[in-house]
Amino acid sequence: MIEVQDLTKAYGSVTAVDHVSFTVNKGEILGFLGPNGAGKTTTMRILTGYMPATSGTARIAGFDVFNDSLEVRRRIGYLPETPPVYPDMTVEDYLDFVARIKNVPAEKRPGLVSDALKKTNIEDRRTHLIKRLSRGYKQRVGLAQALVHDPDVIILDEPTVGLDPKQIIEVRHLIKALAGDHTIILSTHILPEVSMTCDRVVIINKGKIAAVDTPENLTSQLKSGQRVRVEAQAPEKPLRDALSQIPGAKNVQVQSARPDGLLSATVEGAQGKDIRSQIADKIVTSGWLLYELSSVSLSLEDIFLELTTDDATHAEPSN
Amino acid sequence: MTRLTQSRPIEGAKKTMHSFYAIYRKEMRQYFVSPIAYVVIGLFLFLAALFFNLILSGVIQNAMQMEMDSMRFGMPPEIDMPAQVMRAFFGLLSTLLLFIVPILTMGLYSEERKRGTMELLMTSPISETEIVLGKFLASLSLFAIMLIPTLSYLIFMFVRSEPVPPWRLLVAGYAGVVLLGGSLLALGSFISSLTENQLIAALFTFAAFLFVWVLDVGRNATGGIGAVLSYLSVIRHYEDFTRGIVDTSSLIYYATFIFLFVFLTVRSVDSMRWRRA
Repeated sequence: MIEVQDLTKAYGSVTAVDHVSFTVNKGEILGFLGPNGAGKTTTMRILTGYMPATSGTARIAGFDVFNDSLEVRRRIGYLPETPPVYPDMTVEDYLDFVARIKNVPAEKRPGLVSDALKKTNIEDRRTHLIKRLSRGYKQRVGLAQALVHDPDVIILDEPTVGLDPKQIIEVRHLIKALAGDHTIILSTHILPEVSMTCDRVVIINKGKIAAVDTPENLTSQLKSGQRVRVEAQAPEKPLRDALSQIPGAKNVQVQSARPDGLLSATVEGAQGKDIRSQIADKIVTSGWLLYELSSVSLSLEDIFLELTTDDATHAEPSN
Repeated sequence: MTRLTQSRPIEGAKKTMHSFYAIYRKEMRQYFVSPIAYVVIGLFLFLAALFFNLILSGVIQNAMQMEMDSMRFGMPPEIDMPAQVMRAFFGLLSTLLLFIVPILTMGLYSEERKRGTMELLMTSPISETEIVLGKFLASLSLFAIMLIPTLSYLIFMFVRSEPVPPWRLLVAGYAGVVLLGGSLLALGSFISSLTENQLIAALFTFAAFLFVWVLDVGRNATGGIGAVLSYLSVIRHYEDFTRGIVDTSSLIYYATFIFLFVFLTVRSVDSMRWRRA
């Protein structure tokens, strides 16, 4: 549905988006994850035809976003970073206006406006002036605006910003419900959002793609580079030395001074190696007492940090 | 997609009409939900009525004075009072335009840019031309609505005059105001599309108006440059209309002026995509 090839956008000497390529299949939810200023908004603005790319191509439903901009714009709904609302309009009038400029035929308009109000749960604010609404409601009006014409592709720039936890959950459910009929790209810098809603994740940093995969794969990919937690009764220094000697082990950290006299340590193993048995063996043969040995899976948070930190060695596109 | 390929031209034209009307309708509603329209119209009508009264009584007094003089010196008075009133009144209207048009146009684009709603318009299936024409015609409509009540002052004067002056004068005068207003609105919209700040838009619009006004200084100068400058002045052509003269060259002048600035606005809106950094 969406094909992006070598997309680049430079503002003068600053390259905001640097040879970004990815595809989104029909009905899929793609999460765009990255720290602020990573190039998420720029990429989305190019996809929606708001600004042209410096080089590279992007196609939506087979139409080039630059050359067939009108055809593309007919098929997308877009929620920019700040909801593009007119403060002096009522919610209903505003959605009606948006439906009009999206070429919705007159006979379908009232129905679609009602649907959008219902889906975003703002029916009770139908006749309110937008300027009187709270931030969360404005954000939901913005969301309603992106759905009102029932577009094939929905592009959401940080859709849950400004919402309270309950509303965030509602919006996530809404986005999940929209997938299937609609192809969705959403950007966020909130990690749980991606693991909860998206089928696939593009991690972007400094304009470059750091990784593209499913949230599960990204997690398991680094899980194979395992982290093990050990609890044992042992002298601190010898334990540290013993663990460090295990082939493939690195980043050994020992925390002492626990009230029960136990030491807890974390060890990271190299990719694809299970070092748990070796740790157990080492501790037992040294005559210490092993209380606990467990493998800790890296959260998406860890992966994200690892991929977006400057000296990250893993920062290779996985595709 | 097959849907779209069928009967595309007709559907396309219909859609263009739709989107254009959507913008027009939105702008008109915007004008009337915000206090601006009411304040501007109210102020305009108040000033227009006040000055109409002053002008009328001034001309009448002047005529009575001349009549008295003629009784003394025995010269029959030959004054076309309605024409004098009209010329002074239309002159006044043009001065009011100088202040009112910047207020009508200042927010047209700068507000959209500031609020981020330009992003909505520019990612919707609607062309820059539709956006610009919708906005321009909405501002022109509001301006026409403002003018309608002033028509009643002149009609009143016309029917009470003896003999009743030719109605052609009235039609020509109002055609002049609408064309002058349209030109200034086009220029004002263009300036609004250049900035995100309403106040800056208003000030620059006012300055630009003064500039196209004073080009008229060339009128009394001799030589080619003076004549060219005078032809370029918006006010020069307007004066012909207030005398009841509808000159083709004036019509061409205003049509060109409006077209030029509407076109420049379309280009300016289009260039926002590239300008943004």
